[in-house]
Amino acid sequence: MNLTAFHLLAAAAPDKGIDPWILAFSAITVVVTIWMGFRSAKSSKSASDFFVAGRSVSVGWNASAISGEYLSAASFMGIAGMVMLSGYDALWYPVCYACGYLFLLLFIAGPLRRFGAYTIPDFAEGRYDSPVFRKIAVCFVLFIGFFYTMPQMKGAGVTLAYIFPGLPYWVGVLVVGAVITLNVALGGMKGITLVQAVQYWIKMFAISVPIFVLMFVYGGYGKNLSLNQSAADSAPAIIQAADSGEALRKPLPEKAPKDEAWIAPFGPLTTKAAKAAGLTPEEAKPLSLLYTFSLIIAIVCGTAGLPHILVRFYTNPDGIAAKRTTMWVMILIGVFYVFPPVFGVLGRNLLPELYAATGSKGPDKVVLELPVLIARKYGTLGSVLSGITCAGAFAAFMSTFSGLLVSMTSALAHDVYGRMIRPQSSPEQRMRMFKWCAVLVGGVSVLLGSKVEQLDINFMVGQAFAIAAASYFPLLFMSVWWRGMTTTGAATGMLSGGLCALACVTLTSISDIMAKTSKAAAELSNVTWEPDALNAFWIGHPLLRILAEQPALWAVPLAITLMIVVSKATRKTIPADIRMKMLVLHAPEALGLKQEYIQEHQGPAH
Amino acid sequence: MVLDGKRPAPCFHESFPPLSGETHIPMSDPTHDHTDFIHSEEFLQGLMSRQLKLSIACATAFIVLLFGLPLMNYLAPELMAKRVGGFTLTWLILGVLFFPYVWVIAKWFIVRSIALEEAEVQVAAEGNKRKP
Repeated sequence: MNLTAFHLLAAAAPDKGIDPWILAFSAITVVVTIWMGFRSAKSSKSASDFFVAGRSVSVGWNASAISGEYLSAASFMGIAGMVMLSGYDALWYPVCYACGYLFLLLFIAGPLRRFGAYTIPDFAEGRYDSPVFRKIAVCFVLFIGFFYTMPQMKGAGVTLAYIFPGLPYWVGVLVVGAVITLNVALGGMKGITLVQAVQYWIKMFAISVPIFVLMFVYGGYGKNLSLNQSAADSAPAIIQAADSGEALRKPLPEKAPKDEAWIAPFGPLTTKAAKAAGLTPEEAKPLSLLYTFSLIIAIVCGTAGLPHILVRFYTNPDGIAAKRTTMWVMILIGVFYVFPPVFGVLGRNLLPELYAATGSKGPDKVVLELPVLIARKYGTLGSVLSGITCAGAFAAFMSTFSGLLVSMTSALAHDVYGRMIRPQSSPEQRMRMFKWCAVLVGGVSVLLGSKVEQLDINFMVGQAFAIAAASYFPLLFMSVWWRGMTTTGAATGMLSGGLCALACVTLTSISDIMAKTSKAAAELSNVTWEPDALNAFWIGHPLLRILAEQPALWAVPLAITLMIVVSKATRKTIPADIRMKMLVLHAPEALGLKQEYIQEHQGPAH
Repeated sequence: MVLDGKRPAPCFHESFPPLSGETHIPMSDPTHDHTDFIHSEEFLQGLMSRQLKLSIACATAFIVLLFGLPLMNYLAPELMAKRVGGFTLTWLILGVLFFPYVWVIAKWFIVRSIALEEAEVQVAAEGNKRKP
């Protein structure tokens, strides 16, 4: 490739008009979503269709739907951006997102499905016979749900503004919010199952096809990676102009991380706090290791505790199907997660100019920008690829938002209305309430989403994971495997873990925002930046900063310890029929213990 | 059974009947006499410990790689930076090979746990015969 082509590359995208291909593919995704929503709305008749898709979703469909729901805007666009920005350390995100499912499979999926509760608050009340506990669990579902919704909404606003340059950010949020709310209100869980399943395949197609074309043109994954020289490499990196099939690399700008730091473990992501404290690389290394461990725990345990994922296990017809579904989910999302880092690696070599900006104007849009290179080279083919990636981005935030909307709406319609406000309501009344709640939650999500343009997608998702890891995961894990748990123990552990994690991540994000603002002001007035009290404290105590930024390392054990200690202290309140509950959680469904348990509980009423 | 006069524990099937596709072989005592084998402490403990052992064995295989990889990066950086087809060894393991490794663990767990469930049903049937 010659210099003219480089100039063309540099001029790509920001000032382009609306590409008809991008517009067409995005429009098709939206129209198909609405059409499928209407179609399945016709078959969603009973309340069970609305809440758990009639519990009749086949393994293949359910696995595709869970995967579709799970692969959010952060997965589709954010991971590529993070790998481009931080290199090796960011690889932990996709790997742990995908492999966290194993924990769910090993310890939680089967028992939860066997118990036959409806939602997580149902499980909380069913396991502990405590309506108060249901209320606490509902609050957590709504809280984690809204926390996780905001970045999806941001993805919608950013992508739409990218497709239609000049379109205000909030319009994208409103359009996507309205489409999905309509779908959920019309068809509930059953309505969105098909939509999410199809959206998984759209995303898979949208991430894999462009990457294969790009690798064909610009060289493979390993080849592009080999251009980054690690400290252990003896030969200098090959920087060369290349023809078709050859890897090439543009010179890296000042702001880009250096090769050795980028390709090796313990790079910019995990050493930030230690660097700010002025530690030497050798001193920083143990802290980076600690950061990595904490990050791994947060994502792996957080995956097993996300309410919108857990609710899907109730849509399996039996426990064995729940396990098979999880197996397929791991395969489907595992295959998917191999691709976004490839975008990051190619982006570093081909679009280093993105390092100049941050967030959605910088590396975060590498997935949308890379196919544009093909458009510059091959015309229409590239436009088609760009169209496909945009369709994938649409599918990403739409499907995740659908799932969140269903789980939050279920919490309101089933747990708050159906259990707390009007326990005597009929299934029809609850179904009607489901529709109204969907509109309410959808409205609130759009409102919140329109306010978060300045925040970082991945960071917010990370926070949601850390909170889920320290609250729901210990609750579910301990409730399923330890019969000595009491309501007080469970609630104390869950609340302390969750609130500590929340407090810490909030504290670090506030200090980050403060540092960012004051640094910008200092730069403007040409003075040296003086850290405020909080940031000065972090600089002096890098270990504390890491433990606050990634609290899972201590918050998860804290929650579990509190659960054990408080439960032991209140062991008199262990539910009387705990053996039966444990049998329902663990005995093979063929033994019919669940039916017996239900009959026993219904007995006096009949 | 009434739980101290509290509202019965919620169960999905309170409002909705079980699906027609759900097959149950009712092996527990239809009169809900909780003295038979499958309601015994012995059965429950055996059941939970066998399941937990399997889960922990699989989790250990997972955790060894999950926490072992950062540790190897820390202890043997040169080895982990060796190039394999353009990748550094650690990048190849984390970015590509980790996924199939986890699939193998998951597959093994599912096969074993389904076999375990079948065996449990057998144990329950035999136990009930022994202890009428």
